[in-house]
Amino acid sequence: MIGILASVIDGILIGAVYGLAAMGLTLIWGVMNVINLAHGAIVVIGMFALYLIAHSLGLHPYGAVPLMIVFGFVVGIALYWIGVHRMIGRSELMSLLSTFALNMVLIGLGTAWWTTSPYNVQVSMPALSWRGYTFTGTHITAAVLAVVIAGLLYLLLYHTRIGKAVRAVATNREAAELCGIPTTQVLAMAFGLGVALAGVSGTLIATMFPFTVLSGEAYQLKSFVVTVLGGLGNPAGALMGGIALGLIEGLATPFMPVSWIPIVEFGLFVFCLIAFPRGIFSFSKA
Amino acid sequence: MSTLLEVSHISKRFGGLQAVDRLSLTVNEGEILGLIGPNGAGKSTVFNLINGVYPPDTGRIFFAGQDITGEPPYRVARHGISRAHQIVQPLAGLSVLDNCTVGACFGRQALPLAAARKAAREVVEMIGLGDRADSLAGSLTTAGKKRLEMARALSARPRLLLLDEVLAGLNPTETERMIETVRKIRDSGVAILMIEHIMRAVMSLSDRIVVLNLGTKLAEGTPREVADNPDVITAYLGDSKLLTAAERPA
Amino acid sequence: MWRRPFPWFIAAAALVYALYPYLADDVGLRESLLLAAVYIILASNLNLMIGYAGYVNFGNIVFFGLGGYICLYLVTALHWNVIPAALVGGVAVSSLALLFGLGILRLRGAFFALATIGVNQAIQQLVVNFEPWGGATGIYLSLESYGSLGGPMQALWITYLMVVGVTAGSLLASYAIRNSKFGLGLLAIGQNEDAAAVLGVPTPLYKAMVYSASAFLPAVAGGLYFFKSGIIEPTSAFNLQTSIEAIVMVMLGGSGTILGPALGAFLYEELRGFLLTAESFSQFQLVIAGALLLLIVQFVPGGLLGFVHQRWPRTRRWLE
Repeated sequence: MIGILASVIDGILIGAVYGLAAMGLTLIWGVMNVINLAHGAIVVIGMFALYLIAHSLGLHPYGAVPLMIVFGFVVGIALYWIGVHRMIGRSELMSLLSTFALNMVLIGLGTAWWTTSPYNVQVSMPALSWRGYTFTGTHITAAVLAVVIAGLLYLLLYHTRIGKAVRAVATNREAAELCGIPTTQVLAMAFGLGVALAGVSGTLIATMFPFTVLSGEAYQLKSFVVTVLGGLGNPAGALMGGIALGLIEGLATPFMPVSWIPIVEFGLFVFCLIAFPRGIFSFSKA
Repeated sequence: MSTLLEVSHISKRFGGLQAVDRLSLTVNEGEILGLIGPNGAGKSTVFNLINGVYPPDTGRIFFAGQDITGEPPYRVARHGISRAHQIVQPLAGLSVLDNCTVGACFGRQALPLAAARKAAREVVEMIGLGDRADSLAGSLTTAGKKRLEMARALSARPRLLLLDEVLAGLNPTETERMIETVRKIRDSGVAILMIEHIMRAVMSLSDRIVVLNLGTKLAEGTPREVADNPDVITAYLGDSKLLTAAERPA
Repeated sequence: MWRRPFPWFIAAAALVYALYPYLADDVGLRESLLLAAVYIILASNLNLMIGYAGYVNFGNIVFFGLGGYICLYLVTALHWNVIPAALVGGVAVSSLALLFGLGILRLRGAFFALATIGVNQAIQQLVVNFEPWGGATGIYLSLESYGSLGGPMQALWITYLMVVGVTAGSLLASYAIRNSKFGLGLLAIGQNEDAAAVLGVPTPLYKAMVYSASAFLPAVAGGLYFFKSGIIEPTSAFNLQTSIEAIVMVMLGGSGTILGPALGAFLYEELRGFLLTAESFSQFQLVIAGALLLLIVQFVPGGLLGFVHQRWPRTRRWLE
């Protein structure tokens, strides 16, 4: 029983990072009704960014976090113009295929440069001991940073003009345009924000676990599960959904081999979609 | 005239909003029932409940004696209820003829493909889209799309046609034409339940009218009775005494 | 259907395709034509989902792999002849797909797409852990298994002919469905699912039916293909990359048409062959496929055939 409690708490910590990743996905979804199938690839970019920044540039690993946010934002805007802009308003099928194509290109490039070998970034943080349980320093730091970034997102969305513009476009693009908001630029920024969130979550994950170019796929599935748990377009729900997922993983890990976890998550995903189409933590109106 | 559609005490709540509150109405065979009311009165919701887009929270819906409450839209269509939507929903990548063929294949008559195509062509000619039969539905003008919406609903040879603001956005000539078409449809034996805001059309076309306000029935009767009803006038305009004699509906 | 010229054209083309390498006794040609034929099968059956019903089945390869496994198991463990084994594989997989489809086709858009990936990965994982099917090593065919078809040499030719038959079957099935009531309902669903339902199209049933139909021939083809290869193992049987390439083929040639996916499959195979030999490009296969898909979806969403139809509208009539 002791091990399970520690596992659960660890799961909650990691879950906060899942929530951060999912926030990127659900933000894009909620604002422009585009499901970003390149999400996993962006998480991978975040992971490798940590590697490059820590090893090649020799900076402190956690210095990569703010850098990744900025870099992710810029990359996101670029990706918007390359592959998403022309898909806005077209059928869902088309935007699915478009973001999926972006994913193929990114992963293909990543595989060409880094192959599928595992990479690891050693980050040393003091562990926390409490009543005989030890909690990894990196996990705690990652969780704290995830919550902080989530808080910053909240401040941005609800206490700045830009955030208001984003929310306006998300609610009713035409009306926002009529109010003088340059909606296309706002969409590009929102996409950039979503990508930044996904990317920085990858960076945080890389501080905790080894990774490969193909790791993104698992996190993409997790992000989708979280988005479904938390309700579409609902960042607060995404954070809670992420923690919930982390909790579930924490409960499951002591009992089953690692390779089965994605299958459990997939089952959970399908179950939630069929049983709770609006999300469990959804705050949105029907 | 026998009862075709019987709606009995249906309600629907969305979160905090009671959109429809214990509403009952009937539509008889061969009649045109107008459904009017201020914006937000719940009219489109009533249509959604009747044709199965979502099930009512309470109450039952009977069609030709059968209980169709809560059945999904495709089953309701099979029973013989067709709908022309307020916001047109053409199958844009298919031709006008194919659009109507879908209606004929999967509606009440459930015709095989070849027969359905023939039936569809007849309807397309009747509604005046004959020369555009092979054009893609997405390429029509708004008025054309509205007519396609009607043609498609008719192709299934329904017994009851739900018309949702089919006159909206039409110029005077198109409006006259549409009114004539509606009359022709009724004369061919199809009952019609019609949501409309253009009072002149509702008054002249409807055999009976039901007035909806805040999800409940405010008044019911012939056009004359409803027009003279002070509650109705108040609901629309705020104060019945503000109308001069000339303005009161005839 | 046989009163129109198109099916005859397909049958004739299939005959030429089948007999040419046989008459020329060119095994190398046969092998590359076989591979192309398999891709055409995958693409044209996938087209039923993407091009007709508008649902992207990212994990479509699962039908191929599962069909292959069932067939090879029946051949090795129960000593069946490959022909009934492949057919049984097809029936089994499409029945499973029907059951499963009723469930996951309640999901819309991306959810469905992701669910299909999940299905493929889950089945792959299950097979890896399933000892009767060889686990992670897979199933090997011994030379004896080819005895029922008259020995290995002859068996390969017979298998080739059957695969071409399945290819022709796929194209003819696409044509037949397209011109049927079922097909019209599917197209309506693909245009606007809610409007289709209001018109009376029984959407849940039709979606499950097309999902099942799109599983049958790929499963049979899987049985034949892996029989020819002599071995099946989880990584190649459920290879997600092939699944994705099938999508690119459909979009390249023109989704929703009948010849489009075949054309797309053929062109893509040519492109891939060229890239693989050009040393510097072989690593970038996925990148190029992705870039291609990106360009198609943004600028020529109708694919090659769609472009032709738009530019020369009269071709819509006969070039399906």
